[in-house]
Amino acid sequence: MATGVQWNLITPEQAREHQVQQRQVRGAQAVRVRGLTRRFGEREVLKDLDLDIAPGEFVALLGASGCGKSTLLRILANLDREISGTVDVAARRAVAFQAPRLMPWKKVWHNVVLGLPGRQDRTKAIAALEEVGIGHRADVWPKVLSGGEAQRASLARALVREPDLLLLDEPFAALDALTRIKAQSLVAELWQRHRCAVLLVTHDVEEAILLADRVLVMKDGVLAHEETIAMSRPRNVASAQFGRIRANLLGWLGVHQPH
Amino acid sequence: MTDDIAVINTAFGQVAASNTGAIGTSARRQGILRERIKPVSASTKGVPRWLRRASGPVLVVLVWHLASVTGLLPKEVLAGPATVVSSAANLIATGELQQAMWVSLMRALVGLAIGGSVGVTLALCAGLFRLGEDLIDATMQMLRTVPNVALIPLLIIWFGIGEAPKIALIALGTAFPLYLNVYAGIRNVDSTLIEAGRTLGLSRAALIWHVILPGALPNALVGLRYSLGIAWLALVFGEQINATAGIGYLMANAREFFQTDVIVVCLVVYALLGLAVDFTVRTLEKVLLSWRPAFNGT
Repeated sequence: MATGVQWNLITPEQAREHQVQQRQVRGAQAVRVRGLTRRFGEREVLKDLDLDIAPGEFVALLGASGCGKSTLLRILANLDREISGTVDVAARRAVAFQAPRLMPWKKVWHNVVLGLPGRQDRTKAIAALEEVGIGHRADVWPKVLSGGEAQRASLARALVREPDLLLLDEPFAALDALTRIKAQSLVAELWQRHRCAVLLVTHDVEEAILLADRVLVMKDGVLAHEETIAMSRPRNVASAQFGRIRANLLGWLGVHQPH
Repeated sequence: MTDDIAVINTAFGQVAASNTGAIGTSARRQGILRERIKPVSASTKGVPRWLRRASGPVLVVLVWHLASVTGLLPKEVLAGPATVVSSAANLIATGELQQAMWVSLMRALVGLAIGGSVGVTLALCAGLFRLGEDLIDATMQMLRTVPNVALIPLLIIWFGIGEAPKIALIALGTAFPLYLNVYAGIRNVDSTLIEAGRTLGLSRAALIWHVILPGALPNALVGLRYSLGIAWLALVFGEQINATAGIGYLMANAREFFQTDVIVVCLVVYALLGLAVDFTVRTLEKVLLSWRPAFNGT
Protein backbone atom coordinates (compact mmCIF):
# COMPACT_ATOMS: atom_id res chain seq x y z
CA MET A 1 0.00 0.00 0.00
CA ALA A 2 3.05 2.21 -0.09
CA THR A 3 2.13 3.69 -3.44
CA GLY A 4 -1.09 5.17 -2.13
CA VAL A 5 -4.66 4.24 -2.67
CA GLN A 6 -4.66 1.53 -5.28
CA TRP A 7 -5.80 -2.02 -4.83
CA ASN A 8 -4.84 -5.11 -6.68
CA LEU A 9 -7.82 -6.99 -7.92
CA ILE A 10 -7.44 -10.18 -5.88
CA THR A 11 -8.22 -13.70 -6.95
CA PRO A 12 -10.62 -15.91 -4.95
CA GLU A 13 -7.65 -17.95 -3.63
CA GLN A 14 -6.05 -14.79 -2.31
CA ALA A 15 -9.33 -13.72 -0.77
CA ARG A 16 -9.63 -17.02 1.09
CA GLU A 17 -6.07 -16.68 2.34
CA HIS A 18 -6.97 -13.17 3.47
CA GLN A 19 -9.83 -14.54 5.53
CA VAL A 20 -7.61 -17.15 7.14
CA GLN A 21 -5.26 -14.40 8.26
CA GLN A 22 -8.15 -12.48 9.74
CA ARG A 23 -9.73 -15.40 11.58
CA GLN A 24 -11.14 -14.62 14.94
CA VAL A 25 -9.96 -16.18 18.17
CA ARG A 26 -11.43 -15.77 21.60
CA GLY A 27 -9.08 -15.22 24.47
CA ALA A 28 -8.75 -13.72 27.90
CA GLN A 29 -6.34 -10.99 26.81
CA ALA A 30 -7.07 -7.81 24.85
CA VAL A 31 -3.66 -8.20 23.22
CA ARG A 32 -1.54 -11.32 22.95
CA VAL A 33 1.66 -11.08 20.92
CA ARG A 34 4.17 -13.90 20.63
CA GLY A 35 7.46 -13.87 18.76
CA LEU A 36 6.65 -10.77 16.73
CA THR A 37 9.37 -9.72 14.31
CA ARG A 38 9.20 -6.86 11.82
CA ARG A 39 11.98 -6.13 9.37
CA PHE A 40 12.56 -3.09 7.22
CA GLY A 41 15.03 -4.50 4.75
CA GLU A 42 17.95 -5.88 6.74
CA ARG A 43 17.08 -3.97 9.89
CA GLU A 44 14.98 -5.73 12.53
CA VAL A 45 12.79 -3.07 14.07
CA LEU A 46 10.95 -5.52 16.33
CA LYS A 47 12.79 -8.60 17.51
CA ASP A 48 10.92 -11.67 18.73
CA LEU A 49 8.63 -9.55 20.87
CA ASP A 50 6.07 -10.84 23.39
CA LEU A 51 3.32 -8.66 24.83
CA ASP A 52 0.13 -9.25 26.83
CA ILE A 53 -2.42 -6.62 27.71
CA ALA A 54 -5.26 -7.61 30.06
CA PRO A 55 -8.81 -6.35 29.51
CA GLY A 56 -9.18 -2.91 31.02
CA GLU A 57 -5.46 -2.51 31.61
CA PHE A 58 -3.73 0.80 30.84
CA VAL A 59 -0.28 0.16 29.41
CA ALA A 60 2.16 2.89 28.41
CA LEU A 61 4.92 2.12 25.93
CA LEU A 62 7.95 4.36 26.31
CA GLY A 63 10.91 4.64 24.04
CA ALA A 64 13.20 6.99 22.22
CA SER A 65 12.12 7.95 18.72
CA GLY A 66 12.89 5.28 16.15
CA CYS A 67 12.88 2.42 18.68
CA GLY A 68 9.92 0.71 17.02
CA LYS A 69 7.12 1.67 19.39
CA SER A 70 4.98 3.22 16.68
CA THR A 71 5.66 0.24 14.44
CA LEU A 72 4.24 -2.02 17.15
CA LEU A 73 1.14 0.15 17.45
CA ARG A 74 0.62 0.14 13.70
CA ILE A 75 0.84 -3.65 13.70
CA LEU A 76 -1.74 -3.88 16.49
CA ALA A 77 -3.97 -1.49 14.50
CA ASN A 78 -3.71 -3.83 11.49
CA LEU A 79 -2.04 -1.15 9.39
CA ASP A 80 1.09 -3.23 8.84
CA ARG A 81 0.96 -6.95 8.07
CA GLU A 82 4.51 -7.54 6.85
CA ILE A 83 5.25 -9.44 10.03
CA SER A 84 6.19 -12.82 11.38
CA GLY A 85 4.91 -14.15 14.70
CA THR A 86 1.49 -14.42 16.30
CA VAL A 87 -0.58 -11.30 16.90
CA ASP A 88 -4.02 -11.63 18.50
CA VAL A 89 -5.72 -8.35 19.14
CA ALA A 90 -9.22 -7.35 20.25
CA ALA A 91 -11.54 -7.18 17.26
CA ARG A 92 -13.24 -4.08 18.63
CA ARG A 93 -10.41 -1.60 18.73
CA ALA A 94 -9.94 2.07 17.95
CA VAL A 95 -6.96 4.28 17.25
CA ALA A 96 -6.18 7.92 17.97
CA PHE A 97 -3.10 9.24 16.21
CA GLN A 98 -0.73 12.08 16.96
CA ALA A 99 -2.42 14.16 14.26
CA PRO A 100 -6.21 14.07 14.70
CA ARG A 101 -6.70 12.77 11.13
CA LEU A 102 -10.26 14.03 10.85
CA MET A 103 -11.70 14.00 7.35
CA PRO A 104 -11.65 17.71 6.47
CA TRP A 105 -14.68 17.33 4.18
CA LYS A 106 -16.98 16.00 6.88
CA LYS A 107 -18.55 18.03 9.66
CA VAL A 108 -17.21 17.10 13.09
CA TRP A 109 -20.18 14.92 14.05
CA HIS A 110 -20.02 13.03 10.74
CA ASN A 111 -16.38 12.35 11.47
CA VAL A 112 -17.25 10.88 14.84
CA VAL A 113 -19.70 8.30 13.51
CA LEU A 114 -17.86 7.59 10.25
CA GLY A 115 -17.54 3.85 9.76
CA LEU A 116 -20.13 2.85 12.33
CA PRO A 117 -22.60 0.33 10.96
CA GLY A 118 -26.08 1.50 10.07
CA ARG A 119 -27.55 4.96 9.80
CA GLN A 120 -25.47 7.99 10.76
CA ASP A 121 -26.64 8.46 14.32
CA ARG A 122 -26.39 12.13 15.23
CA THR A 123 -27.47 11.75 18.85
CA LYS A 124 -24.75 9.17 19.38
CA ALA A 125 -22.18 11.54 17.89
CA ILE A 126 -23.34 14.45 20.03
CA ALA A 127 -23.21 12.30 23.15
CA ALA A 128 -19.63 11.25 22.37
CA LEU A 129 -18.60 14.84 21.65
CA GLU A 130 -20.21 16.00 24.85
CA GLU A 131 -18.29 13.41 26.77
CA VAL A 132 -15.04 14.96 25.59
CA GLY A 133 -16.38 18.47 26.18
CA ILE A 134 -16.92 19.77 22.65
CA GLY A 135 -20.62 19.04 22.05
CA HIS A 136 -21.08 22.61 20.83
CA ARG A 137 -18.62 22.03 17.95
CA ALA A 138 -20.61 19.20 16.32
CA ASP A 139 -21.69 21.14 13.24
CA VAL A 140 -18.47 22.88 12.21
CA TRP A 141 -15.81 21.88 9.70
CA PRO A 142 -12.68 20.36 11.26
CA LYS A 143 -10.61 23.27 9.89
CA VAL A 144 -12.03 25.68 12.47
CA LEU A 145 -11.23 23.44 15.46
CA SER A 146 -8.23 24.32 17.63
CA GLY A 147 -5.53 21.66 18.06
CA GLY A 148 -6.94 20.55 21.41
CA GLU A 149 -10.51 20.42 20.12
CA ALA A 150 -9.48 18.39 17.08
CA GLN A 151 -7.68 15.90 19.32
CA ARG A 152 -10.79 15.65 21.51
CA ALA A 153 -12.90 15.00 18.42
CA SER A 154 -10.47 12.27 17.46
CA LEU A 155 -10.85 10.72 20.94
CA ALA A 156 -14.63 10.92 20.64
CA ARG A 157 -14.40 9.16 17.29
CA ALA A 158 -12.38 6.38 18.90
CA LEU A 159 -14.58 5.98 21.98
CA VAL A 160 -17.91 6.02 20.16
CA ARG A 161 -16.89 2.60 18.81
CA GLU A 162 -16.95 1.23 22.38
CA PRO A 163 -13.58 -0.46 21.87
CA ASP A 164 -12.16 -3.28 23.95
CA LEU A 165 -8.76 -1.90 23.06
CA LEU A 166 -7.82 1.74 22.54
CA LEU A 167 -4.53 2.43 20.79
CA LEU A 168 -3.11 5.92 21.37
CA ASP A 169 -0.13 6.96 19.26
CA GLU A 170 1.44 9.96 21.02
CA PRO A 171 -1.93 11.71 21.04
CA PHE A 172 -0.74 14.64 23.13
CA ALA A 173 2.66 15.22 21.51
CA ALA A 174 1.49 18.01 19.23
CA LEU A 175 -0.50 19.88 21.90
CA ASP A 176 0.74 22.86 23.87
CA ALA A 177 1.68 22.27 27.52
CA LEU A 178 -1.59 23.52 29.06
CA THR A 179 -3.84 21.74 26.59
CA ARG A 180 -1.81 18.57 27.10
CA ILE A 181 -2.44 18.53 30.86
CA LYS A 182 -6.18 18.87 30.26
CA ALA A 183 -6.17 16.20 27.58
CA GLN A 184 -4.25 13.80 29.81
CA SER A 185 -6.73 14.11 32.64
CA LEU A 186 -9.55 13.72 30.13
CA VAL A 187 -8.06 10.44 28.94
CA ALA A 188 -7.67 9.26 32.55
CA GLU A 189 -11.31 10.08 33.22
CA LEU A 190 -12.56 8.45 30.01
CA TRP A 191 -10.60 5.31 30.78
CA GLN A 192 -12.08 5.11 34.28
CA ARG A 193 -15.53 5.27 32.73
CA HIS A 194 -15.09 3.00 29.69
CA ARG A 195 -12.66 0.51 31.23
CA CYS A 196 -11.20 -0.52 27.91
CA ALA A 197 -7.64 -1.75 27.60
CA VAL A 198 -5.35 1.07 26.49
CA LEU A 199 -1.95 1.03 24.85
CA LEU A 200 -0.45 4.52 25.00
CA VAL A 201 2.66 5.06 22.93
CA THR A 202 4.59 8.07 24.20
CA HIS A 203 8.03 9.48 24.81
CA ASP A 204 6.87 11.51 27.81
CA VAL A 205 7.90 9.69 31.00
CA GLU A 206 5.67 11.75 33.30
CA GLU A 207 2.65 11.15 31.11
CA ALA A 208 3.29 7.41 31.20
CA ILE A 209 3.60 7.32 35.02
CA LEU A 210 0.55 9.57 35.49
CA LEU A 211 -1.77 7.43 33.42
CA ALA A 212 -0.63 3.83 33.21
CA ASP A 213 -0.97 0.67 35.29
CA ARG A 214 2.16 -0.64 33.68
CA VAL A 215 4.97 1.10 31.82
CA LEU A 216 7.02 -0.74 29.21
CA VAL A 217 10.33 0.60 27.97
CA MET A 218 11.26 -0.34 24.45
CA LYS A 219 14.85 -0.33 23.32
CA ASP A 220 16.27 -1.60 20.05
CA GLY A 221 13.15 -3.54 19.16
CA VAL A 222 12.70 -5.41 22.42
CA LEU A 223 10.81 -4.63 25.62
CA ALA A 224 13.81 -3.86 27.81
CA HIS A 225 12.02 -3.05 31.05
CA GLU A 226 8.62 -3.31 32.66
CA GLU A 227 7.47 -1.22 35.59
CA THR A 228 4.15 -1.72 37.38
CA ILE A 229 2.90 1.54 38.81
CA ALA A 230 1.17 0.76 42.11
CA MET A 231 0.46 4.39 43.08
CA SER A 232 -3.18 5.31 43.71
CA ARG A 233 -4.95 7.69 41.34
CA PRO A 234 -4.96 10.63 40.81
CA ARG A 235 -1.20 10.66 40.98
CA ASN A 236 0.96 13.47 42.26
CA VAL A 237 3.88 14.43 40.04
CA ALA A 238 5.64 16.04 43.01
CA SER A 239 5.59 12.97 45.27
CA ALA A 240 8.82 11.19 46.19
CA GLN A 241 7.63 7.85 44.82
CA PHE A 242 6.80 9.47 41.47
CA GLY A 243 10.28 10.97 41.36
CA ARG A 244 11.91 7.59 42.05
CA ILE A 245 9.96 5.86 39.30
CA ARG A 246 10.71 8.68 36.89
CA ALA A 247 14.45 8.57 37.59
CA ASN A 248 14.45 4.81 37.15
CA LEU A 249 12.57 4.94 33.82
CA LEU A 250 14.73 7.77 32.54
CA GLY A 251 17.75 5.67 33.41
CA TRP A 252 16.36 2.86 31.24
CA LEU A 253 15.90 5.40 28.45
CA GLY A 254 19.53 6.43 28.77
CA VAL A 255 18.93 9.75 30.53
CA HIS A 256 20.79 10.04 33.84
CA GLN A 257 19.75 12.92 36.03
CA PRO A 258 22.11 14.59 38.52
CA HIS A 259 20.94 14.34 42.14
CA MET B 1 -3.01 62.95 24.16
CA THR B 2 0.19 64.85 23.36
CA ASP B 3 0.81 65.21 27.09
CA ASP B 4 0.63 61.46 27.50
CA ILE B 5 3.20 60.91 24.82
CA ALA B 6 5.47 63.49 26.40
CA VAL B 7 5.22 61.75 29.79
CA ILE B 8 5.97 58.34 28.32
CA ASN B 9 8.87 59.77 26.38
CA THR B 10 10.42 61.24 29.53
CA ALA B 11 9.98 57.95 31.33
CA PHE B 12 11.80 56.13 28.54
CA GLY B 13 14.42 58.83 28.54
CA GLN B 14 15.10 58.26 32.21
CA VAL B 15 15.40 54.51 31.84
CA ALA B 16 17.74 54.99 28.96
CA ALA B 17 19.72 57.61 30.83
CA SER B 18 20.26 55.36 33.82
CA ASN B 19 21.69 52.73 31.51
CA THR B 20 24.85 54.73 30.93
CA GLY B 21 27.22 53.74 28.23
CA ALA B 22 24.71 51.85 26.08
CA ILE B 23 24.79 52.59 22.35
CA GLY B 24 22.09 55.00 21.19
CA THR B 25 21.41 56.32 24.66
CA SER B 26 21.78 59.95 23.66
CA ALA B 27 19.54 59.53 20.64
CA ARG B 28 16.89 57.82 22.72
CA ARG B 29 16.91 60.66 25.22
CA GLN B 30 15.18 62.78 22.57
CA GLY B 31 12.35 60.20 22.43
CA ILE B 32 11.86 57.06 20.35
CA LEU B 33 10.97 57.47 16.70
CA ARG B 34 7.57 55.91 16.27
CA GLU B 35 4.98 55.29 13.60
CA ARG B 36 1.28 54.79 13.95
CA ILE B 37 -0.12 51.52 12.57
CA LYS B 38 -3.22 52.33 10.56
CA PRO B 39 -6.16 49.94 10.84
CA VAL B 40 -6.94 48.27 7.54
CA SER B 41 -10.44 49.74 7.49
CA ALA B 42 -8.95 53.25 7.18
CA SER B 43 -6.89 52.48 4.10
CA THR B 44 -9.74 51.10 1.97
CA LYS B 45 -11.65 54.37 1.94
CA GLY B 46 -11.97 56.31 -1.30
CA VAL B 47 -12.86 54.76 -4.65
CA PRO B 48 -14.40 51.28 -4.20
CA ARG B 49 -12.33 48.46 -5.58
CA TRP B 50 -14.90 47.26 -8.15
CA LEU B 51 -15.09 50.74 -9.58
CA ARG B 52 -11.32 50.89 -9.97
CA ARG B 53 -11.33 47.47 -11.62
CA ALA B 54 -14.16 48.47 -13.97
CA SER B 55 -12.39 51.63 -15.11
CA GLY B 56 -9.91 49.71 -17.32
CA PRO B 57 -12.44 47.99 -19.61
CA VAL B 58 -14.59 51.15 -19.73
CA LEU B 59 -11.55 53.11 -20.90
CA VAL B 60 -10.83 50.57 -23.65
CA VAL B 61 -14.42 50.78 -24.95
CA LEU B 62 -14.26 54.58 -24.80
CA VAL B 63 -11.04 54.73 -26.87
CA TRP B 64 -12.54 52.24 -29.34
CA HIS B 65 -15.68 54.40 -29.63
CA LEU B 66 -13.67 57.62 -30.17
CA ALA B 67 -11.46 55.95 -32.76
CA SER B 68 -14.42 54.79 -34.85
CA VAL B 69 -16.37 58.09 -34.50
CA THR B 70 -13.36 60.09 -35.69
CA GLY B 71 -12.82 57.68 -38.59
CA LEU B 72 -9.41 56.57 -37.30
CA LEU B 73 -10.75 53.01 -37.27
CA PRO B 74 -12.60 52.28 -40.56
CA LYS B 75 -15.83 50.29 -40.33
CA GLU B 76 -14.45 47.57 -42.63
CA VAL B 77 -11.59 46.88 -40.20
CA LEU B 78 -13.60 46.98 -37.01
CA ALA B 79 -17.09 48.32 -36.39
CA GLY B 80 -17.50 50.77 -33.51
CA PRO B 81 -19.19 49.86 -30.22
CA ALA B 82 -22.35 51.73 -31.13
CA THR B 83 -22.77 49.72 -34.33
CA VAL B 84 -21.99 46.51 -32.47
CA VAL B 85 -24.66 47.23 -29.86
CA SER B 86 -27.29 48.07 -32.45
CA SER B 87 -26.55 44.97 -34.54
CA ALA B 88 -26.65 42.87 -31.36
CA ALA B 89 -30.07 44.36 -30.61
CA ASN B 90 -31.10 43.50 -34.16
CA LEU B 91 -29.91 39.92 -33.90
CA ILE B 92 -31.71 39.50 -30.59
CA ALA B 93 -34.91 41.02 -31.99
CA THR B 94 -34.95 38.53 -34.87
CA GLY B 95 -34.14 35.69 -32.44
CA GLU B 96 -31.10 34.64 -34.48
CA LEU B 97 -28.62 35.26 -31.69
CA GLN B 98 -30.53 33.33 -29.03
CA GLN B 99 -30.94 30.38 -31.33
CA ALA B 100 -27.26 30.39 -32.28
CA MET B 101 -26.22 30.66 -28.63
CA TRP B 102 -28.44 27.77 -27.67
CA VAL B 103 -27.07 25.54 -30.42
CA SER B 104 -23.46 26.37 -29.51
CA LEU B 105 -24.02 25.96 -25.78
CA MET B 106 -25.63 22.58 -26.36
CA ARG B 107 -22.71 21.43 -28.50
CA ALA B 108 -20.25 22.45 -25.78
CA LEU B 109 -22.25 20.80 -23.01
CA VAL B 110 -22.95 17.56 -24.86
CA GLY B 111 -19.28 17.32 -25.83
CA LEU B 112 -18.24 18.02 -22.27
CA ALA B 113 -20.69 15.47 -20.90
CA ILE B 114 -19.35 12.74 -23.18
CA GLY B 115 -15.66 13.66 -22.82
CA GLY B 116 -15.99 14.29 -19.10
CA SER B 117 -17.66 10.96 -18.39
CA VAL B 118 -15.01 9.10 -20.36
CA GLY B 119 -12.19 11.02 -18.68
CA VAL B 120 -13.54 10.59 -15.17
CA THR B 121 -14.33 6.89 -15.67
CA LEU B 122 -10.84 6.18 -16.97
CA ALA B 123 -9.32 8.19 -14.14
CA LEU B 124 -11.26 6.18 -11.57
CA CYS B 125 -10.13 2.89 -13.12
CA ALA B 126 -6.50 4.01 -13.27
CA GLY B 127 -6.54 5.70 -9.89
CA LEU B 128 -8.20 2.95 -7.91
CA PHE B 129 -6.83 -0.23 -9.46
CA ARG B 130 -3.27 -1.14 -10.31
CA LEU B 131 -4.41 -3.13 -13.32
CA GLY B 132 -6.31 -0.08 -14.55
CA GLU B 133 -3.27 2.12 -14.16
CA ASP B 134 -1.08 -0.26 -16.11
CA LEU B 135 -3.57 -0.50 -18.96
CA ILE B 136 -4.82 3.07 -19.14
CA ASP B 137 -2.30 5.56 -17.88
CA ALA B 138 0.51 5.12 -20.41
CA THR B 139 -2.00 5.24 -23.27
CA MET B 140 -3.60 8.42 -21.99
CA GLN B 141 -0.26 10.10 -21.34
CA MET B 142 0.73 9.29 -24.92
CA LEU B 143 -2.51 10.44 -26.52
CA ARG B 144 -2.73 13.69 -24.60
CA THR B 145 0.30 15.06 -26.44
CA VAL B 146 -1.58 14.98 -29.77
CA PRO B 147 -3.05 18.44 -30.46
CA ASN B 148 -6.83 17.98 -30.75
CA VAL B 149 -7.19 20.40 -33.58
CA ALA B 150 -4.85 18.29 -35.68
CA LEU B 151 -7.47 15.56 -35.54
CA ILE B 152 -10.10 17.60 -37.40
CA PRO B 153 -9.33 16.06 -40.82
CA LEU B 154 -9.61 12.55 -39.38
CA LEU B 155 -12.80 13.44 -37.52
CA ILE B 156 -14.34 14.75 -40.75
CA ILE B 157 -13.43 11.52 -42.53
CA TRP B 158 -14.88 9.41 -39.72
CA PHE B 159 -17.96 11.42 -38.80
CA GLY B 160 -18.72 13.52 -41.89
CA ILE B 161 -19.49 17.21 -41.59
CA GLY B 162 -22.60 17.15 -39.41
CA GLU B 163 -22.87 17.56 -35.65
CA ALA B 164 -20.81 14.45 -34.82
CA PRO B 165 -17.29 15.75 -35.60
CA LYS B 166 -17.92 18.97 -33.67
CA ILE B 167 -19.06 17.11 -30.59
CA ALA B 168 -16.30 14.53 -30.97
CA LEU B 169 -13.70 17.29 -31.08
CA ILE B 170 -15.05 18.85 -27.88
CA ALA B 171 -15.31 15.46 -26.18
CA LEU B 172 -11.71 14.63 -27.08
CA GLY B 173 -10.46 17.95 -25.82
CA THR B 174 -12.30 17.79 -22.49
CA ALA B 175 -11.56 14.15 -21.62
CA PHE B 176 -7.83 14.69 -21.04
CA PRO B 177 -7.76 17.52 -18.49
CA LEU B 178 -10.41 15.73 -16.44
CA TYR B 179 -8.58 12.42 -16.69
CA LEU B 180 -5.23 13.90 -15.65
CA ASN B 181 -6.59 15.92 -12.73
CA VAL B 182 -8.97 13.33 -11.31
CA TYR B 183 -6.23 10.70 -11.55
CA ALA B 184 -3.69 12.99 -9.85
CA GLY B 185 -6.31 13.86 -7.24
CA ILE B 186 -6.93 10.22 -6.38
CA ARG B 187 -3.24 9.41 -6.20
CA ASN B 188 -2.54 12.41 -3.97
CA VAL B 189 -5.19 11.76 -1.33
CA ASP B 190 -3.55 12.08 2.08
CA SER B 191 -2.43 8.55 2.95
CA THR B 192 -2.76 9.23 6.70
CA LEU B 193 -6.48 9.81 6.17
CA ILE B 194 -6.77 6.53 4.28
CA GLU B 195 -5.09 4.79 7.21
CA ALA B 196 -7.44 6.52 9.62
CA GLY B 197 -10.37 5.35 7.49
CA ARG B 198 -9.11 1.78 7.65
CA THR B 199 -8.79 1.88 11.44
CA LEU B 200 -12.40 3.12 11.54
CA GLY B 201 -13.39 -0.12 9.87
CA LEU B 202 -14.41 1.35 6.51
CA SER B 203 -14.91 -1.21 3.76
CA ARG B 204 -13.20 -0.65 0.43
CA ALA B 205 -16.31 0.88 -1.12
CA ALA B 206 -16.85 3.10 1.91
CA LEU B 207 -13.21 4.17 1.81
CA ILE B 208 -13.59 5.21 -1.82
CA TRP B 209 -16.85 7.03 -1.15
CA HIS B 210 -16.01 8.76 2.14
CA VAL B 211 -12.28 9.36 1.84
CA ILE B 212 -10.80 9.02 -1.64
CA LEU B 213 -13.42 10.70 -3.79
CA PRO B 214 -13.92 13.74 -1.52
CA GLY B 215 -10.15 14.01 -1.28
CA ALA B 216 -9.85 14.05 -5.06
CA LEU B 217 -12.66 16.58 -5.51
CA PRO B 218 -10.52 19.76 -5.43
CA ASN B 219 -8.35 18.43 -8.26
CA ALA B 220 -11.40 17.23 -10.15
CA LEU B 221 -12.83 20.75 -10.12
CA VAL B 222 -9.54 22.15 -11.39
CA GLY B 223 -9.82 19.61 -14.20
CA LEU B 224 -13.40 20.68 -14.88
CA ARG B 225 -12.28 24.27 -15.23
CA TYR B 226 -9.55 23.36 -17.70
CA SER B 227 -12.01 21.20 -19.61
CA LEU B 228 -14.51 24.00 -19.92
CA GLY B 229 -11.84 26.33 -21.26
CA ILE B 230 -10.88 23.73 -23.84
CA ALA B 231 -14.52 22.97 -24.66
CA TRP B 232 -14.93 26.58 -25.72
CA LEU B 233 -11.77 26.59 -27.79
CA ALA B 234 -12.76 23.32 -29.46
CA LEU B 235 -16.22 24.76 -30.11
CA VAL B 236 -14.74 27.69 -32.04
CA PHE B 237 -12.62 25.32 -34.13
CA GLY B 238 -15.40 22.80 -34.55
CA GLU B 239 -17.90 25.38 -35.75
CA GLN B 240 -15.60 26.22 -38.65
CA ILE B 241 -16.49 22.80 -40.08
CA ASN B 242 -19.41 23.59 -42.35
CA ALA B 243 -21.76 24.70 -39.58
CA THR B 244 -25.38 25.36 -40.48
CA ALA B 245 -26.36 26.74 -37.10
CA GLY B 246 -24.69 28.20 -34.03
CA ILE B 247 -22.41 31.10 -33.37
CA GLY B 248 -19.71 29.78 -35.70
CA TYR B 249 -22.29 29.72 -38.51
CA LEU B 250 -23.29 33.30 -37.71
CA MET B 251 -19.64 34.32 -37.85
CA ALA B 252 -18.93 32.52 -41.09
CA ASN B 253 -21.93 34.24 -42.68
CA ALA B 254 -20.82 37.64 -41.41
CA ARG B 255 -17.37 37.05 -42.86
CA GLU B 256 -18.91 36.50 -46.31
CA PHE B 257 -20.56 39.93 -46.13
CA PHE B 258 -17.74 41.81 -44.32
CA GLN B 259 -20.07 42.45 -41.35
CA THR B 260 -17.39 43.15 -38.75
CA ASP B 261 -20.09 44.27 -36.29
CA VAL B 262 -21.71 40.83 -36.31
CA ILE B 263 -18.30 39.16 -35.93
CA VAL B 264 -17.63 41.31 -32.86
CA VAL B 265 -21.06 40.41 -31.46
CA CYS B 266 -20.20 36.72 -31.87
CA LEU B 267 -16.83 37.21 -30.18
CA VAL B 268 -18.54 38.96 -27.28
CA VAL B 269 -21.06 36.13 -27.03
CA TYR B 270 -18.24 33.55 -26.91
CA ALA B 271 -16.64 35.57 -24.11
CA LEU B 272 -19.91 35.91 -22.20
CA LEU B 273 -20.69 32.21 -22.46
CA GLY B 274 -17.18 31.46 -21.21
CA LEU B 275 -17.66 33.81 -18.28
CA ALA B 276 -21.04 32.28 -17.43
CA VAL B 277 -19.60 28.77 -17.38
CA ASP B 278 -16.62 29.91 -15.30
CA PHE B 279 -19.03 31.51 -12.86
CA THR B 280 -20.89 28.20 -12.60
CA VAL B 281 -17.70 26.34 -11.71
CA ARG B 282 -16.77 28.97 -9.14
CA THR B 283 -20.17 28.58 -7.52
CA LEU B 284 -19.74 24.83 -7.57
CA GLU B 285 -16.37 25.22 -5.82
CA LYS B 286 -17.88 27.50 -3.20
CA VAL B 287 -20.56 24.96 -2.41
CA LEU B 288 -18.47 21.79 -2.61
CA LEU B 289 -15.14 22.96 -1.19
CA SER B 290 -16.19 25.14 1.74
CA TRP B 291 -14.48 22.62 4.03
CA ARG B 292 -11.03 23.40 2.69
CA PRO B 293 -8.60 25.17 5.01
CA ALA B 294 -7.26 27.03 1.96
CA PHE B 295 -10.73 28.13 0.92
CA ASN B 296 -10.83 31.91 1.04
CA GLY B 297 -14.18 32.87 -0.47
CA THR B 298 -17.38 33.04 1.53
